[in-house]
Parts: sequence; C-alpha cells; structure tokens
Amino acid sequence: MTGTTSSGLHLPGYQREDPATRTPIGSAGYRSTALRAPLRTPVDLPQRLTEITGPVLGEDRIRPGDADLTLRNGGEAVGQRILVYGRVLDSSGRPVPDALVEVWQANASGRYRHVVDTFPAPLDPHFDGLGRVVTDSLGRYEFMTIKPGAYPWGNHHNAWRPAHIHFSLFGRAFPQRLVTQMYFPDDPLFGQDPIFNAIPAAARHRAISRYDLERTQDNWALAFEWNIVLRGRDQTPFETEDDGDVA
Amino acid sequence: MSVNPLDVPDVTEPYQPRSGQRGTGWLTGPLQLGLTPSATVGPYLAIGLTWPDGTWAAEEGAEGGFWIRGRVFDGAGEVVPDAMVETWQADPEGGFPSPEDPRGASSYPGFRGYARAQTSTGEFGIFTLKPGRVPDGHGGLQSPHVDVSVFARGLLDRVVTRIYFADEAEANAEDVVLRSLPDDAARQTLLATPGEDGYTLDIRLQGERETVFFAV
Ligand SMILES: [Fe+2]
Repeated sequence: MTGTTSSGLHLPGYQREDPATRTPIGSAGYRSTALRAPLRTPVDLPQRLTEITGPVLGEDRIRPGDADLTLRNGGEAVGQRILVYGRVLDSSGRPVPDALVEVWQANASGRYRHVVDTFPAPLDPHFDGLGRVVTDSLGRYEFMTIKPGAYPWGNHHNAWRPAHIHFSLFGRAFPQRLVTQMYFPDDPLFGQDPIFNAIPAAARHRAISRYDLERTQDNWALAFEWNIVLRGRDQTPFETEDDGDVA
Repeated sequence: MSVNPLDVPDVTEPYQPRSGQRGTGWLTGPLQLGLTPSATVGPYLAIGLTWPDGTWAAEEGAEGGFWIRGRVFDGAGEVVPDAMVETWQADPEGGFPSPEDPRGASSYPGFRGYARAQTSTGEFGIFTLKPGRVPDGHGGLQSPHVDVSVFARGLLDRVVTRIYFADEAEANAEDVVLRSLPDDAARQTLLATPGEDGYTLDIRLQGERETVFFAV
C-alpha cells in the first residue's frame, strides 16, 4: 500500500496482514465477542501520512525497576522466577529498536491485582503484574518476572486460561501497533481455550515462547525466548500514482 | 588419542550434491517472517496500560486545546466500561511528531499527538488540539482527522476508525476518505459534534449505527 503526496514524496506503506493467519476480531467460542466484534466488513483505508507515522514512546515511559516484576513494595514475589526475552522484528527481519514494550500478567496463583478479578486465589503483596521495557538497538528486550498461574474465566463450564503474559507494542508506525499474549510451551490448557484457538492453526505456534536452557540462570531463574514480529514495509515495487517523481 | 584436523583423506568419488540441486546462497524472494498474531487486551488492561498522563495528546492549558469525549457501545446498546481508546493525529500545522514522516518530524510545542483513554467511568476523554490538514497523496488535502484504535475484552484485535469534526463541513466535503464512504449515514458515524468543552463522538461496535471501521 503506497501513496504519493502532492509534493511527490512517496510513502512506503506497510504490508497487509494475511487473512489466513491473522486473528479474527470475533470468534464464536469466545462469548464476549458476540456483542462487541463489529459485524460489517471494515472499509479499506489506504495508508497515508497519519497511517505511516506513529508516536515516539521510549525511555521516558520507563521507571527504574520496571524490567523486574519480581521485586515490588520492598519484597520478593512468590513463584517460579523466569527471564522472558526476545527480539522485536518486522516481517522483513529488520529489528525494531527503541520500541516500548508494556506487559501485564496474573501472579503465580493466577490472580490479577484488579478489582474485577474475584478468583479466590491469594494476591501477592510483592507482585503488581506490570512491566515496561524498551527494545535496544538490535530490537532486543528482556524482563524478569514470575511464571503466571492459569486462571478460570467463566466463558464456559470449567474454562481456564492457559498461563500467559499480555504484551503491548507500538513499533514505529500506526500499522505496527500490536496487543497480544505470550504463552508457554506444551500447556495442557491450550486445547480448551477459545482465545488461543481463535488464532488460525497455522499461526498459533507464533504465540508460544520457547524454553531456553542456555539463558536459564543456574540456581536462579528459568528462561523463555519469544520473538515478536510486527508488520514490515511493503517490498513490492510500485508505480507512483501521478508524475512518478520520487523524492 | 589426538586427531590431526588437517589429515583429510583424498576424494576418490566425484562430488554428488545430495538433492541433485544446489542453492545459490541468496534468497530467491524477500525474507518473510510470520507476523505475531494479535490477542484481546482482556478485562485487566488497566494493570498494564494506565499512564498518569495518558489522556493528554496536548499539554494541559495548551492554547486551543479541547476535549474529545465519547462512549463506546456494544451491540446491545450497553456502554462498554473496559475499553481503551487510543488516538494519533497531526499537530495544528499538519505535522507529525514522528521521524517516520517523510517530510521530517515536527515539534509543535506542548503536543504529543498520541493519547490513550480507558472507559471505566463509562466515557473516554482525550485532550488535544485541532489537527491541521495533511496531504492526501492525490494532490489534495485531507480534512482534519484523528486516527483511533479501540481495544477491549471481546475484541481479539483492535478496531480502527477515524474522528472528523462536524464543524469542518467544507474540508470534510473534499476529504478523500469521507468521500469513499457509501453514504451520509456512514460519514455521520465519524463526525464529532461540538460540545461543552470540545467535541463528542460515540463509538458503536455493532448495531444499526455501527461506526465505520477501517482495515489499515
Ligand atoms: Fe490474562
């Protein structure tokens, strides 16, 4: 998707998502989508200046300690310590540097520190479940946390969410905005979870982290690697729409 | 027993590539990594996505600043209390505080261009400045607009829409995106109307007056 401004600047667009592997907005098994997912087909919006730009959000959004969720309120969170790390890339393999990554999650017993969460599992005074990091020049990120517990959610009888960490990313432009969830390998709860299974089968493995013995810290923490791929620039050659004047 | 790494036996058989075909070492097409699939923000987004200054696309007290307020409705006409609305827009001179702008990043004083607001009170509100007109790529100018993403429990991906301003009738009539919509009823779902301290616009996820959403 490309366009040409009146001054002849050409705008490199971002690749569209492949409908065969993108998560649909709504899914029958996930009940609350029924009244919330729009029913009309979205209108195609060619990418213009507002769509190929995006906010610069970096170190100024981070507070000291944001990359270590295991230490809060002057004490240590209960649970299995894990290092979560990976790279943020675009679909052509280019790293996405200086990108804000926000994460949130349940504690080790599967409870969120949120008024809406009434699951009768204990809160942890030393865990608030919030982390923020910025990718480095190679697109790398990492944070230390504890492994979140599974939790029930009432979607259907005995419905349990597989352990997951919520991720929010901006990339560099509007089309790269992504909110998603990271899972852990071989979770026995995958089969019954309509949120995980709403992802087309061919793309589900992309949401699952990999256990990494190499980065596992002896006598301290397990390591999980998860690389995140945001939409990349259109790579197909194109013709400009008016005079072909490319600045 | 030590092994001499240079003690390589002579080759007696002619070389047979295993597949019968050798690669060039170059990719035959552009490298394509599979995109990470999106997932819902869920009901607990307030834990991870709350910023003290989230709702301020422009600084408090910025000259010409105003609020854009609205509610998000579901298909039963109920207010959605756990959504997040994000906005991104040009400054009053039509520049973007983004290095991705091929014209260069602008720096309009007191302007961030980006805001995020949750709907836990039943309403979202973002404080901003009226965006300027930006080129439409066809030799014309777009009408002042704000790009919007809505995230919520029950949405497996964000939905994208735009806010235009009802008091920009002349510019709106020329806008390439508004003109591409089928009818006035569709255009109406994007028009914020002047209100008490700025503008108001409700977002309807479903229903007869479902907001026009865009595929970007
Ligand atoms: Fe969750």
